[in-house]
Amino acid sequence: MSPWMFVVTVLAGLILLAMVRLIRGPTSANRVVAMDAINTLVVAIMIVLSVVFKQVIFIDVAIVYALLSYVGVLFIAKYLGGEL
Amino acid sequence: MIWNVFIGLSLLIGLVANTLGIVGVLRFPDVYTQLHAETKATTFGSIFTSLAVILYGISKFCQTSDGQYVTLILHALIAVVVLAITNATGAHAIARATYRRGHRPVKAVVDHLEGFSK
Amino acid sequence: MFAFIVTFLFSGGVYLLLTAGSGSVLGFWAPQELWVGLVISLAAALMARNYFFRTRRRPLDYLRRWVRAVAYVFGPFFAELTKANLDVAYRVLTGHMRPGIVRVKTGMKTDAATLLMANSITLTPGTLTVDIDEETNDLFIHMIDVPEGMENRDSIEVEELFSLFNCPSWVRRIAE
Repeated sequence: MSPWMFVVTVLAGLILLAMVRLIRGPTSANRVVAMDAINTLVVAIMIVLSVVFKQVIFIDVAIVYALLSYVGVLFIAKYLGGEL
Repeated sequence: MIWNVFIGLSLLIGLVANTLGIVGVLRFPDVYTQLHAETKATTFGSIFTSLAVILYGISKFCQTSDGQYVTLILHALIAVVVLAITNATGAHAIARATYRRGHRPVKAVVDHLEGFSK
Repeated sequence: MFAFIVTFLFSGGVYLLLTAGSGSVLGFWAPQELWVGLVISLAAALMARNYFFRTRRRPLDYLRRWVRAVAYVFGPFFAELTKANLDVAYRVLTGHMRPGIVRVKTGMKTDAATLLMANSITLTPGTLTVDIDEETNDLFIHMIDVPEGMENRDSIEVEELFSLFNCPSWVRRIAE
């Protein structure tokens, strides 16, 4: 296993850990925090995977994913704050 | 290879910072403190794992001078900038929404936002 | 006309940055990418010049601000981010905290400066921006470890949050 693949594995394990917080809550705000952490980790994984598979297009996907997940988090935050 | 040392070092720093951030999210008592851990640590960790990718691109470009490694470096840089900006702003939005929803910080010693109404 | 040229150069530069490495003309670009980039930058400059270029500043002033912004991100900001992570590591491992929400006077005059300041505060040690007073541009920040005595004061100055560098003055020079 190359070091890059090892890093991807550890980050995927961290996503599973963050899912504990996503499921347990206790409030929906805690769940949004866990989701935000998972989004960041997914972006990091995609950037590392571009080296593993030697595909630059993975980083473009990561950029778009970061921007879209940001919009999603803003939307959920507006909804939680009662401003929607 | 001196490049491999730097790449391994930044990958290690990134993994440690990310792990600390997720442990903080699991361990801290309320939303605000969890946001502290999440925003700072995962942003820092992702910056360092991306820095490893950038260093890898630079080292490969020095060996082969192939154009696709320039694309790799530049796009990874843009991804890092996007990540840093959106993470901080998203954390701000979540904190604001949490306060408006009525959750107060646990065991707070001072709360200047309490009487401030819109 | 001047706004058109600046917008054209900026969008063209971003296009070239995104497509670098696609060929070998001029070093890194494929010829069709250069032509498409030219057409798209012209169209973008025609449509967006009035939105992109509002204030009347000299071009050299803009350049100086961008250089300063890059220097800020790689210097003071990164140092504070590193320190913030050591701080978070300490809190995670020991669990010691003394949280509170305090009002911070920033004294920033423009919206861009307030945004940059708020983002800098979020990514620096022990602080997280929660809300903003729209009239005075004061920020409400959640501190994970309020220093002794600070809870009795009405508000604190923004300079007290940064210990390594004087980040507020950097932000003022970049975005005001």
